[in-house]
Amino acid sequence: MSDLQHINVKIGLANESKLDGERVVEIFHGWISKQASPDEGVLIDVADYRHVPEGPGILLVGLHADFGLDYADGRAGLRYNRKGAVGGDNAKRFKQALSAAARACAKLEEETKGGLKFARDGFDLTVNDRALAPNAPETFTKHKAELEAFAAALGGGSVERLNAGEPRRLFGARITLKKPLDLAKA
Amino acid sequence: MKASNALWKERLAGKIDEALAKEVDTFEMEIELRKQGKVDEKVFAETRLRRGTYGQRYDNGQRHDGTESKKLPFEEKLTKGPMTAWDAPGMQRIKIPYGGLNPEQLEVLADLAEEYSDSIAHITTRQDVQLHFVHIEDTPSVMRRLAAAKITTREACGNSVRNVTGCPFAGVCRDEPFDVTPYARALAMFLLGHPDAQNFGRKFKPAFSGCAQHACGLTAMHDVGYTAVVRTVDGKEERGFCMVVGGGLGSVPYQAKVFEEFLPLNELLPTVQAIAKVFGKHGEKKVRSRARLKFLVADWGLEKFKAEVAAERKKLAPDPRWTSMLPKADLEDETPLKPPGEMPSLGNDERLQHWARTNLREQRQAGYVVATLALPLGDITANQLRDLADIARKFTKGTVRATVEQNLVLRWVSKADVVELYKALSAAKLAAPGASNIQDIVACPGTDTCKLGISSSRGLAAELRGRLVAKGTALDRAIQDLHIKISGCFNSCGQHHISDIGFYGVSRTVSGFRVPHFQVILGGQWEENAGSYGLPIIAIPSKRIPDAVERITAHYLKHRQPDERFTKYVRRVGKGPIRELLEPLTKDLPDPAKDATLFSDWGDPRQYSIGDIGKGECAGEVVSAYEFATTEAERMVFAAQLKLDAGDAQKAGEEAYAAMKMAAKALVQLQYDDVTDDAQEVADEFKERFYDTKVFFDPFAGGKFADYYFAAHEKRGQKFTAEFAKYTIEEAQLFIEAVHSCYNKLRTEGIGTKP
Ligand code: SF4
Repeated sequence: MSDLQHINVKIGLANESKLDGERVVEIFHGWISKQASPDEGVLIDVADYRHVPEGPGILLVGLHADFGLDYADGRAGLRYNRKGAVGGDNAKRFKQALSAAARACAKLEEETKGGLKFARDGFDLTVNDRALAPNAPETFTKHKAELEAFAAALGGGSVERLNAGEPRRLFGARITLKKPLDLAKA
Repeated sequence: MKASNALWKERLAGKIDEALAKEVDTFEMEIELRKQGKVDEKVFAETRLRRGTYGQRYDNGQRHDGTESKKLPFEEKLTKGPMTAWDAPGMQRIKIPYGGLNPEQLEVLADLAEEYSDSIAHITTRQDVQLHFVHIEDTPSVMRRLAAAKITTREACGNSVRNVTGCPFAGVCRDEPFDVTPYARALAMFLLGHPDAQNFGRKFKPAFSGCAQHACGLTAMHDVGYTAVVRTVDGKEERGFCMVVGGGLGSVPYQAKVFEEFLPLNELLPTVQAIAKVFGKHGEKKVRSRARLKFLVADWGLEKFKAEVAAERKKLAPDPRWTSMLPKADLEDETPLKPPGEMPSLGNDERLQHWARTNLREQRQAGYVVATLALPLGDITANQLRDLADIARKFTKGTVRATVEQNLVLRWVSKADVVELYKALSAAKLAAPGASNIQDIVACPGTDTCKLGISSSRGLAAELRGRLVAKGTALDRAIQDLHIKISGCFNSCGQHHISDIGFYGVSRTVSGFRVPHFQVILGGQWEENAGSYGLPIIAIPSKRIPDAVERITAHYLKHRQPDERFTKYVRRVGKGPIRELLEPLTKDLPDPAKDATLFSDWGDPRQYSIGDIGKGECAGEVVSAYEFATTEAERMVFAAQLKLDAGDAQKAGEEAYAAMKMAAKALVQLQYDDVTDDAQEVADEFKERFYDTKVFFDPFAGGKFADYYFAAHEKRGQKFTAEFAKYTIEEAQLFIEAVHSCYNKLRTEGIGTKP
């Protein structure tokens, strides 16, 4: 099975109307100041793209990964973008990205005192590298079993290809879970 | 760093133009050698800059969190330049000659923005594209993928020929005598990597415009600018260019001077080659702040410069490319996809009507329009780039260009398709109305990503844009038509000098705390290719700038004469009354302990460098004397402007110099109370205490601003022409800003002992 790297996970925001962007900017600055990254990496800067419709929103830029309150495709959510390579196999990399995203969500929920609430019923997993994972049906066929095994390890769920019919977009899958995702333990 | 870098190299082998492929391979090797410590960091820095690979804020591994400066835990000791951590993300600038882009290139940019950057492509005021937060070791892949789409990043930065800009309406504009596009392309190709253009002390920026009256090409603010002209000789029409030289914005803006009223087409390339040779040979190399072509032209005078260029031109060995690179006459550069059409009814949709009024422009070719995509702060997402590629293919033959207003235009849209196009753009969230209006604010990266940023130009732009968009068409048309441009510092990347209302970032110390400010610049002229530059009025706390805009626009509306343009209104009313209008905004800053709003910048909750403020050795009375003296110096610079406006260049120049002396003395007095008012003594004491010790030096600009003072001091007895007085005023303003910065530094590090 070929190596997938640069895994992205996006966990949807369940209460977008309550989103206070200013507060999120402040929280992200706080994480940089304390170097308290949910994935223990180096944090560098905050980039605020809220002026761009359906854009990357509020981005916490790190050395090996970015965390963003992302608005792409008109859906707000926390997106973890792994930039540095991760060792091990694909299953390990899926888990690393999901854990980092989930921990960031849990931290944001806690620090906004419930102001932000993230969905527990699933997430989007994409591979931010077209050379490693072209968005083609064959890529999905090749990695479907791995993705299903990953869903199964989370208590079971369905795996559906994302961006099908849009070969220029990133390859990925929507994973819908049977059991609510435990953000702290994912 | 991407795991797929080797894969791209393999995959694109043989698919890239050989010369481009070789360049990228060489750069990749240089990266490797630097990693092994076999290339000096300074040499490597210039190498990467020449490939468009720039540093970014915080790449020195330090970041201020509002209370203290902290080290960012970058892993390695390796650097990619002096004080530049290897792993720190950087900016990749991508040269787009005359802004011309096709759908395949848009798609590549989209993929690169998504995979290596932050999903955003940023359009610059020089029609480049910038990607931020890119890792140095990913840049060869970025360059290869661009090269496969026939784009190079070569000489996008560094001391080289930068992007050749051109009017985005060239070829379709009603006011141009001919299309400058193929000539801009020829000049860009000719100079790229040209051996005579490799020895500059600073950058060199060429620009093309189709006509003299509009702003699209901004030729007057370039090192070398070309405006299309046609003359008739013996009844036959001949094409050529009005060529200007020695313009530039930067900290002190210079208007270019006419070098040749009519430069024949076959002289385009040899003449620029001769200019490059002269600039390479005689341009300043050591003092960076004096190394642009504008200083050589100003120091020599135009006649001497022309004579040197003519002499150099004579010596050039003939190059067949001087003519072979030029286009065949009357060759159409672009053609439409669809037949021409009639404008359909726009119905009752007010937003569509607003968009059609502000974002569509009739082409010279009947039945076609150019549609402008007004990008917020010049930003476009990867998904939007792909949508735009589809739209460009559906409605045109893929004819897209970037503009100097940080927008994109789609050319050759059949009028019959206007409503359909609007729907498609709306679906892609690219149909914002108000292109080239007050809400379409131009801003440089500022403190967001630029290492030199002082105030948050993008934060301010986003705030102002939000407020102005909300008002939309409720704003008076006279206000809608104004331009706002913002730079994060005096370096003018946001082109604040050529805007109705311009701002550049400065900082001030108020009650011992630093407060982000913007200097207000009024009366710059955007039209006539940046026909005249505005001058500073007053510095205002960043958070009060929206109030300043309200006050200025309300005053303009109330006091303008029928149909009076803003530039004329500023000239008529005079800067004095406008300063009076704004002055209250500089007063009564709240106690930061009670209300800290003004003590942080837009979009950044950190206290604005408040942790930098330590307890200096300065006694209260000395601080008061300093503040009193620098306030007086600022008033004097302003008075100098008024004198210049009134036509008294001599008094204006003298007053500007006196303001510099006053500010210099204010610093000297911090250490040496007994300094007299004698001009020579002030200059000597200043030099000894602050220049020779480098205490006054800016980490990036070095001693540049002190050099302004010393030069003015040397020339103080001379006659001031209007032009010389104007430059002295600009330099005085910048010198005073630098005095403020030095004072802030001294307060942090200690004033030093008084002898
Ligand atoms: S104007 Fe100053 S802050 Fe803005 S990009 Fe230029 S150097 Fe940076």
